[in-house]
Amino acid sequence: MYGWIFRHLPGPLWARIFTSVILVAAALGALVTWAFPWMAQFTPFSGTTLDGQ
Amino acid sequence: MNTRKAGLTVAARQRSAETDPASSPKPPAPGLQDTAPGDPARIPAPVAEGRGRGRVLRGVARVAGELLITIGIVLGLFVAWDLWGTNLSANATQAQAVRDFTRGLDAPLSPKAALKGDYGPAPATAAPTGIGEVFGVAYIPRLGATYSRPLVQGTSQAQLDTLGLGHYPATQMPGQPGNFAVAGHRQTHGAVLDNIDTLVPGDRIYIQTRQGYYTYVFRNSEIVTPDHTAVVLPVPDHPGAQPTESLLTMTSCNPKFGDWQRFIAYSVLESWQPLDAGPPAEIAAIVAANEGKG
Repeated sequence: MYGWIFRHLPGPLWARIFTSVILVAAALGALVTWAFPWMAQFTPFSGTTLDGQ
Repeated sequence: MNTRKAGLTVAARQRSAETDPASSPKPPAPGLQDTAPGDPARIPAPVAEGRGRGRVLRGVARVAGELLITIGIVLGLFVAWDLWGTNLSANATQAQAVRDFTRGLDAPLSPKAALKGDYGPAPATAAPTGIGEVFGVAYIPRLGATYSRPLVQGTSQAQLDTLGLGHYPATQMPGQPGNFAVAGHRQTHGAVLDNIDTLVPGDRIYIQTRQGYYTYVFRNSEIVTPDHTAVVLPVPDHPGAQPTESLLTMTSCNPKFGDWQRFIAYSVLESWQPLDAGPPAEIAAIVAANEGKG
């Protein structure tokens, strides 16, 4: 999968490495911005208050 | 690479067993075996092995493996983000909120000896006008030499995930007879009450509001289930009872990395002093340091 993506990136090797770094950074950004805050509701660290408060 | 080689070797071994039972059980390198003379049907084998069902299966297995590795890495990153990363941003937000609040008070930063004395019964802090309003700062030396966290009105995620100690709006305010109850995270988002279990009876807890400094003394703690809402009553566990003392009740997760219980810490209001008298000696350094920052 990742090999396939890397082979299909345009440009010479250095350009593809650069594009890969950008893609990984974008994926990490999306995780931290949207995915992780959403996943946090399933962790057992949010229950600090009493029921119904 | 290895899987492909292994697949070829196995296939070659099977073929040689079918056509030549007398051949050595140790197969030669793939490619050489496949082009055995006198059997034209086997000649295109190296190319043919890379096509068809075997190739599809290998492709599927490779993608599935990469996805599983990706999921593992993402989950690892999530744990790091949740237990460590959220603290960085929450600590910064809370330090800023403390700074904004104390600077707005324009009160002296060092104890004023001339004003030392008994200031009589503590006045009640005015209730915040809305959810999300920062109305004070909590100083708990036992939880850290520089421990100071904002007090915010409301206990929903929006407040607790950013501003630290959330005041249960249905409970009383500092100085009022009854129960000033606040909640805070044990882990993540600043881990505001991480070490709540280390409080020792007699420890001072200082609450600073626009009305002054309230000094509470930690009395006792208990561990209850989350449905035990009577702990934030004006007189905990006594519905309808008339309060005679002012309590500070802090609630947080228990155990530290779980949420099926609540750690409840009770403190009793001991004394009060106006902002003009300066901070109590024990927290004077923290108050001054907070305002000096950035």
